[in-house]
Amino acid sequence: MVLKTFKIGGIHPAENKLSANASIQALAIPKTVYIPMAQHIGAPATPLIKKGDMVKVGQMIGKASGFVSANIHSSVSGKVKKIDQILDSSGYKKDVVVIDVEGDEWEETIDRSAELVKEITMSQDEIKTRIAESGIVGLGGATFPTHIKLSPPPGNSAEVLIINAVECEPYLTADHQIMLEKGEEIMIGVSILMKGIGVDKAIIGIENNKKDAIAYFKKLAKGYQGIEITPLKVQYPQGGEKQLIAATIGKEVPSGALPIAIGAVVNNVATAYAVYEAVQKNKPLFERIVTVTGKSVAKPCNLLVRGGTPVNDLIEAAGGLPEDTGKVISGGPMMGKAIVNLEVPSAKGTSGILIMQDTESAREKMDACIRCAKCVKVCPMGIEPYLLMSLSEKSMWEKSENCNVMDCIECGSCSFTCPSNRPLLDFIRLGKGTVGQIIRNRKS
Amino acid sequence: MKLLTVSPSPHIKGDESVKKIMYGVVLSLIPALIASTFFFGWQALMITAVSVTSCVLFEYLFQKIFLKGENTILDGSAIITGLLLAFNVPSSLPIWLVVLGALISIGVGKMSFGGLGQNLFNPVLVGRVFVLISYPVQMTSWTANSTVDAFSGATPLGLLKEGLKSGQSVSQLIPSLPSNLDLFYGSMTGSLGEISAMLLLLGGLYMLYKKIITWHIPVAVLGSMFVLQGILYLVNSELYINPLFHILSGGAMLGAIYMATDMVTSPMSPKGQLIYGTAIGIITICIRNFGAYPEGISFAILIMNGVVPLINNYVKPTRFGGKA
Ligand code: SF4
Ligand code: SF4
Repeated sequence: MVLKTFKIGGIHPAENKLSANASIQALAIPKTVYIPMAQHIGAPATPLIKKGDMVKVGQMIGKASGFVSANIHSSVSGKVKKIDQILDSSGYKKDVVVIDVEGDEWEETIDRSAELVKEITMSQDEIKTRIAESGIVGLGGATFPTHIKLSPPPGNSAEVLIINAVECEPYLTADHQIMLEKGEEIMIGVSILMKGIGVDKAIIGIENNKKDAIAYFKKLAKGYQGIEITPLKVQYPQGGEKQLIAATIGKEVPSGALPIAIGAVVNNVATAYAVYEAVQKNKPLFERIVTVTGKSVAKPCNLLVRGGTPVNDLIEAAGGLPEDTGKVISGGPMMGKAIVNLEVPSAKGTSGILIMQDTESAREKMDACIRCAKCVKVCPMGIEPYLLMSLSEKSMWEKSENCNVMDCIECGSCSFTCPSNRPLLDFIRLGKGTVGQIIRNRKS
Repeated sequence: MKLLTVSPSPHIKGDESVKKIMYGVVLSLIPALIASTFFFGWQALMITAVSVTSCVLFEYLFQKIFLKGENTILDGSAIITGLLLAFNVPSSLPIWLVVLGALISIGVGKMSFGGLGQNLFNPVLVGRVFVLISYPVQMTSWTANSTVDAFSGATPLGLLKEGLKSGQSVSQLIPSLPSNLDLFYGSMTGSLGEISAMLLLLGGLYMLYKKIITWHIPVAVLGSMFVLQGILYLVNSELYINPLFHILSGGAMLGAIYMATDMVTSPMSPKGQLIYGTAIGIITICIRNFGAYPEGISFAILIMNGVVPLINNYVKPTRFGGKA
C-alpha cells in the first residue's frame, strides 16, 4: 500500500527514538514548583492567589486574561511562597508562582480512579466550557488554547477533526507512548472533541514508524463512530498543521489562512487525552508526559511530570546530566528551544527535554552558497530559503514579503539540509519578524 | 557548572556538505576518465592531470592575491572544473593551451565573479569557448581513437556537417559515420569526455542516486534534442539525421549530464530547470543543423546561463497553499 504524505518538500532526519517503548513513569513530586503564568500562546494568565495561600492539586491559580489565553492550575498542594519572575524556556523572564509542596492533596472534584468513563454525557457547550476552564492547550508544542479551536469564527464551519499523532520530531516519544498506554482514553477524548466541534468525522494521522500504535488504534477504532486511522509515510515536518492536513485529506490550507478555512480542525493526540481527563474526570491540565532523552543520557525515558517542575529534576530521573552535555533543548531537535539553565520549569508545552553532546551542540562553519537548490527542494512551503536569507541580509523587506517570507513555518528543514551550513532559518526569522511588523504597521 | 550552548533551532544538521557533493561528482567522472585513457592513450590522462593541477593552482593564486579570502582549493570545485575542462578538449591539444584554458576558466569564469557560487557562467565552458574561438585549429584537430582508425580526423558531428555542406545526403553519409551503438559505447573521435555516452550516463545515474543532481535538466536537454531532431528527421530524413545520433554524439551527454547541471549556473526551481534544459536542447539542435559549428551545446549552455537570473526571478517553486 502506498502511504499518504504531504507532497511539497520534506526531509528524513535520523529518528533516534531512544526512549521508544519506555513505559510512562510518574516523576516524584519536587519540593518546590515554579508554575509559569504563560504556558500558552497569547496573554499570560492573571494570578489568583497571593503569597501564603494554601493551594490544592488542580486548583485554579491563574485566570485566562483575554481572548487568546488559558487558565493555569496548580500541579501540587502546598503553600504559595511568592510570585516571582524567572527565566523560562523562552529565554525571557516571566511570572511564575512558586509553591512549596506539602503532601499531595487533590481537589475533591477530581475523579482520581483509574476507571474508564466511556459515556459522553456533556452537551457541546458544556464540553467547550469545560475545556476552556481546564486550561487545555495544544500539547504538540504550539500551546494554542484548545477551546478557541473548538469555536470556528463566523462564516467558517468545521467538517473534519484531524488528530496529530505524527510525532515527526526526532528523539521524542511521549505521544507514541501515551498512545500505547492510554488508547481507549484517547479515543474517547477524540469523540469528545468531535462532539465539541460538531463534526462526525475524525482522522488520526500516525507515522508509519509507530506500527504498534497504528495496529492498536486500528483495532480500537472499530469500537468508535467516525474515527479513521491513517498511517503516514515518515517524513518531516508532517506534524506541521498544514502538512498534516495535506497528508491526510489532500487539501492545502491557503497561504495566510487557518485550517478552518478548509473545514479542518487539528488537535494533538496528547491534547485529546487531556480533553478526556478534563471532561470525563474533571481533571484540569497540570501534568503531562515528557520525553527525556539524548545520546549520552543513561536512561532515556517518558515521564509523567507535574507542571512547574525544574528541568533538572527531569534530567536526574533519566540518570543525571551527562559529562559531555553541550546543550539542553526543550522540545525536539528541529523546532525545540535551547534553554539557558536547568532551573527552567517544565510547562504545558514541554514535550521533551533533549540533551545534546558537546560535539553535536556547536554549529559548523558556514560556507558560500553553492546554489545547489537543496533548500528549495526540501522547503515544505515551497518558498526559497536561499533567496529569503540574502534578502534579509540586504534588508530588502518588501521583496522578502513578495517572496512569501510569512509563509515560513520555521520547520528548519532548509538549515538542516544546506550543505554549506548556512543559517537560513535564522535570517528568515529575522525577515518574518521585520515583515510582520511592517504588515501590522500598515494595517493600523 | 559549565555553560550551555544556546542557539536557535534547528539543532541538528543533515550530513550534506559541499565536499561530499563535489567529491561525489569527481567520483562519478572516474569511469569516463578511464575510458578516455583507454581510447586515447596516456595523453588523455596527461591532459587531465595538467588541467586539474592548473585549475587548483590558479584557484589558490587568485584566492590569495585578489580575493584574499580563505583558501578554497580543498572544497573540490576546482578539481571538477579541471576534470570537466579536460573532458571538453581533444586529446591532442597542446599542453600550454590546456593551461590557458584553465586560467580563463578559473580566473575569468569563476574568481572574477567572487569565487564559488558567485559566477554567472559555467567556468569550464567559458574556458573552453575562449580556447575554441582563439585557437580553432588546435581545438578541432582530433587524434584517432585508438580502437577505430577508420574515423580518425574528424568527429562524427564534424563529418556529418562537412558531408551535408558538400551536398551529400544523410543516407550517403551513414556508411562513413559510426553507428549509434558505437557512439553509445564510445568508439569514435572527439573530446576526452565525449567518448562514451554509456559511461557518462552511468556517472549521471550515480549523481542522481546520490541526490547531487535531479533528473530535470538532463532529461529536458536530451528530451528536447530528441524531439526537435525527431521532427526534423520526419520532415526530411535525407537532410536531417536520426535523433539518436544527435543525443549520442558530440558533447550532448557530457553537456546534459555534467555541464548544464552545474548547480551554480542553473535555475533553482524544478520548473525553471525544465525550461532551461529544454531551451538548451533546442538551441543545440538549431546550431548543429543550421549554424556554422558542427557542435553547439557549449554555446547553448552559455546562452542559457545568462538567462538563469531571469528564470529564477519569474519561475518560482510550487508554493504551498498558493493556488486558492
Ligand atoms: S524553515 Fe521556513 S523556509 Fe526553511 S524549510 Fe521550513 S518553511 Fe521553508
Ligand atoms: S541549500 Fe545552502 S548552498 Fe544550497 S542553495 Fe540553499 S543556501 Fe545555497
